[in-house]
This record gives sequence, structure tokens and C-alpha cells, in this order.
Amino acid sequence: MRPITVTVNGQRHEVEVEPRDLLAYVLREKLGLTGTNIGCDTSSCGACTIHINGESVKSCTVLAVQADGQEVTTIEGLANGAELHPMQKAFTESHALQCGYCTPGMIMAAVSLLKDNPSPSEDEIRHGLEGNLCRCTGYQNIVKAVQAAASGS
Amino acid sequence: MIPSEFDYVLAESVEHAITELASDPEAKLLAGGHSLIPIMKTRMGRPTKLIDVGRLGLAGVSDGGDHLVVGALTRQCDLERDPLTTAHCPIMAHAAGTVGDRQVRHRGTIGGSCAHGDPASDQPTIMRLLDATFVAQGPGGTRQIAAADFFKGFFETDLHHDEILTAIHVPKTGAAGWSYKKFLQRQLDWATVGVAVVVNGSARIAMTNMATTPFRASAAEGAFTSGGAAAASAKADEGADPPSDTWATADFRRHLSRVLTARALEEAGAK
Repeated sequence: MRPITVTVNGQRHEVEVEPRDLLAYVLREKLGLTGTNIGCDTSSCGACTIHINGESVKSCTVLAVQADGQEVTTIEGLANGAELHPMQKAFTESHALQCGYCTPGMIMAAVSLLKDNPSPSEDEIRHGLEGNLCRCTGYQNIVKAVQAAASGS
Repeated sequence: MIPSEFDYVLAESVEHAITELASDPEAKLLAGGHSLIPIMKTRMGRPTKLIDVGRLGLAGVSDGGDHLVVGALTRQCDLERDPLTTAHCPIMAHAAGTVGDRQVRHRGTIGGSCAHGDPASDQPTIMRLLDATFVAQGPGGTRQIAAADFFKGFFETDLHHDEILTAIHVPKTGAAGWSYKKFLQRQLDWATVGVAVVVNGSARIAMTNMATTPFRASAAEGAFTSGGAAAASAKADEGADPPSDTWATADFRRHLSRVLTARALEEAGAK
């Protein structure tokens, strides 16, 4: 076991991990942050997308030891108290989910996308989210939600 | 999916990483981890020790005169938008932007991708296309390896077990036209076939997933000089040895290489 220090959603955690522990598992099972879903577990589907130092990554393909000393944000860290993050609001208002399994990862990927490109075209949104799969095929409304969040409406 | 057990060492210097490598024949270097960790999760790979070189500061692009000096740990997302890369070697920036997806590009590094030696990866093809030079450090010092000698076989490079790739010298392409065309089943997949070209009077042509290493299509390059794009396309797969797998047969890959060569040359001429 190895001690690591990670700041998750603004809160500092000291956790004992095995080198082989994946960040997704540590977030879910050691820190109880089950909003991060594990879908394919092969870095394809994007359900486990979180931010490390503000950039989207697939937490099933990051060792927890690699996150030592880093700032991690999960879906639980987006809202400001009861006030949803604008992207969360946009997903709600655009009905950008059906079963909801891909939603946390989709929102984290979309927030990261707008940080790099605040006014993306529809094509840029679709390409920007190519690492996130929605098996309900709710892509139309997901794209609308990201457009709404980008325009602030 | 959980990798098998291993020891983890956070490298404090290149020399430290080399010492750690030398002490364990089953040790592997960990850079961005986006090739290595999936292999370990499926247990196709079971290294006994991972030496994390992620914090050695070997990232970034600098101007070396007629070439760019690209730190081995430069991430694909940084290459995509780096001003030196976009100005002097736009095909490398473009190829970086086609690797995996945004999340993968936030972690994956050019050095990791090249040292992995996967013939389906993009940057090895670009390095072979541009005749880049790989800089490796080992216990005896530093040596330079030409791209033509670096990629030895399927997932095999010229790097010794106790060597670490520290930088890549990538020749500038100047005003040459360029194109990288990939055929993909899904956007986030590896290329079924990729064709990269740089055109500046003569043509250089290299291909992804058309052999066990990045394939330099020298027959097509020669045909371009004598007969132009159509002649090059007709000879695109001469000398190639493409695999047959669940995505495509070897014959289909040969067909794709001819079509993509024609399209890439057309695009490069138009730029």
C-alpha cells in the first residue's frame, strides 16, 4: 500500500492505495463518490470521465498513484451547493438523457470542451464528445444541451 | 478490470529511471499510460514494476533550427495546439488531434506512443514519414536513432530495456503540402489504414497499419516522381504487408491504401 494525497472537489484526502488501484475505483469505493460511473472499463465509453487539473480524463485508465498531489473534480463537485452547474441545468432542460448512465461522464467531458472552446460549432461539439458513448442514442439532445450551455441560455 | 500486482516507483530523474529499469527485466516505464494500462487491465501485459516518468519534465516543444525538439512526454493535446508545431510541422499537430479522443489526448504522449511501437498508431507513421530522429538515454549515455531503424517489428522498437526515450527531433516541413488520411470504423478507433504524405516537388508517403511497423511506401514515392499522383496511388501498397483482422482483410487494406494515397496527395497538392 502507498499513501497518496488527492484534492477531490476541493477537499483534501489522504488515501492508502495499491499501485494497481485505478482512480475510478478509488473515487467510488474509497471516497464513496459513486457519481463517476464505470461503463466499458476499457477507456472507450467515457462514462468514467472526470477532470484532473481541469482537464477531462477517463478515470478507468489512470492509476490512483498518478493522481497523487493533483486536483480532481468529479460530477459531485460541479454544483455550487443546491445550485446546479450551467451544464447540469442545460442537460436537465434539454432532456439530454434517457437512462442517465453516460450523463456524469458526458457532462464532465462537455464542461472540459467548453473550457477549451467556449463557442463550439455543432460539428466541434460532436467531435469534442467522440470519447463518450450514449447507448440510448440521446446524442441530439446532448448536443443541444451543450449548445445551450455555451450560449448561456 | 484490475491489473496484476506490481511495484510502483516514481522516477526522480532520468538516471533514476534507468537504474530502476536495469534492476528488473520485467519493469516498464509509465508515461501517460493510455497504451500500457489497458494492456495491463486485460492482463496481456503483467510488468512487475512500473517506473512512472510522468513527472520528469520531459515535455514541451522547442526550436532546434531545421527541426523541432519534441520532449518525449509531450502530450498529444499539447502538440495539437503548440505554436511551433502548428507553424513548422502542421502534419504532426494534425495527427495528434486525430489520436483517440479528447480524454485520451489529455494523457497520451508522443514518446509513449512511439516507444509502444504499435503499427496502428498515428505518430509513429508521422515520425517515419518525416525521418525523425529518436534520442535515447541509457546507462552508457545518449544515442540517436533514425526513425527507419527505430521501429523494428510488431510492438518492437530499437530501444534497449534500460534505455529511456527522452526526445524526438522532428524535421520542419516548411511550406510543403501535407495530408494525413485515415479510414476508421468509429471515430475513436485506431486507423484501419492511414496514409500520410508530404509533397514538395517530390512526395514522401508513409502508412499506418499496413505492415508490422510504420510503412514507408518507397515504390509509391518513386512512382510519384515519374508519373504523379495516379502512378503513386497504383503502387501505394507495393512492398506492404498489411494484417487481416476483424476490421479488415489484407486485400481491403491494400485497396484502402491506394484510395487514401490518391486522396492524400490531392489534398496535399491543394494546400
